Amino acid sequence: MKNQIKKIISGNFTFFLIVLIGSLVVYFINPTLVGEVFSVFFSLLRKITPILLFVFALIFAFNLFIKPKVVAKYLGNEKGFTGWLVSIAGGIISMGAIYMWYPLLADLREKGMKDSLIVAFLYNRSIKIPLLPFLVHYFGLVFTITVTVYMILFSIINGILVDKIINTNKKI
Amino acid sequence: MKISSREIKKAGLKTWENFKRVIPAILSIFILVSFLKVVVPKEFYAKIFSGIPILDALIGAILGSISAGNPLTSYVMGGEILDQGVALVAVVAFLLSWVTVGIIQLPAESLILGKKFALVRNLVSFVSAIVIAILVVLTLSII
Repeated sequence: MKNQIKKIISGNFTFFLIVLIGSLVVYFINPTLVGEVFSVFFSLLRKITPILLFVFALIFAFNLFIKPKVVAKYLGNEKGFTGWLVSIAGGIISMGAIYMWYPLLADLREKGMKDSLIVAFLYNRSIKIPLLPFLVHYFGLVFTITVTVYMILFSIINGILVDKIINTNKKI
Repeated sequence: MKISSREIKKAGLKTWENFKRVIPAILSIFILVSFLKVVVPKEFYAKIFSGIPILDALIGAILGSISAGNPLTSYVMGGEILDQGVALVAVVAFLLSWVTVGIIQLPAESLILGKKFALVRNLVSFVSAIVIAILVVLTLSII
């Protein structure tokens, strides 16, 4: 898990270095163009920095108050309507890399958690409350609410669909 | 609810790790997007995207599925390409498939949750990214 994170960090940093070196190469060919590019870059940065700080403050609050162990305790224990509700809410509030959740979900499946609920949990992991201010900034509040509602709705539809497809194939 | 200083430190470290992971990616995307804004004329995007909603959504979903990284990066990219004139339906499909379809995570998901489960789940997520994109645009046009 730690190795996975280290790999991502170093991968992202390498990518950043490549982009910087590439920009430097272009600068030697066309300095005016790179000047224009970096003026756009800094204006983007100025626009985004306050929201980014707010987003990380929210991520900190989530890391502080939402514990994976608590989410895991409720997941898989509930069935029916409550099961759906717990999977959806669990997916939304769960933090950390997705890899961390696969073994836990496999374990919960062995203990009786339905595939449909696992699908709903994984789908709702895409809705991240701390990141919503970013989405609102770029696309507006109405858009953000509309997309979020459809995603929650489709997490249920997808759950039922995946469960049906897998089990129909098992029967054949 | 009492929070210990150890818990605050742990949450701070976790957030810092996240920050270190995200910032280089966001800065890189900002530089690349700035290049696109300066170099590529807005008319170019009209050539890639057909103007037919379902086809544009399909292109957006394919691009989002093969991309990977923090959702923040996809929001920045999506927001900027929307600003460049790309159709909203394509941008929504791009954003949704970025976060719901995991080509990069597919091997790990297959290994732990089963090959059939991972394949079906990702395929269904891909199709629903297109369907949701169309529904979102339709809904927003009514609201």
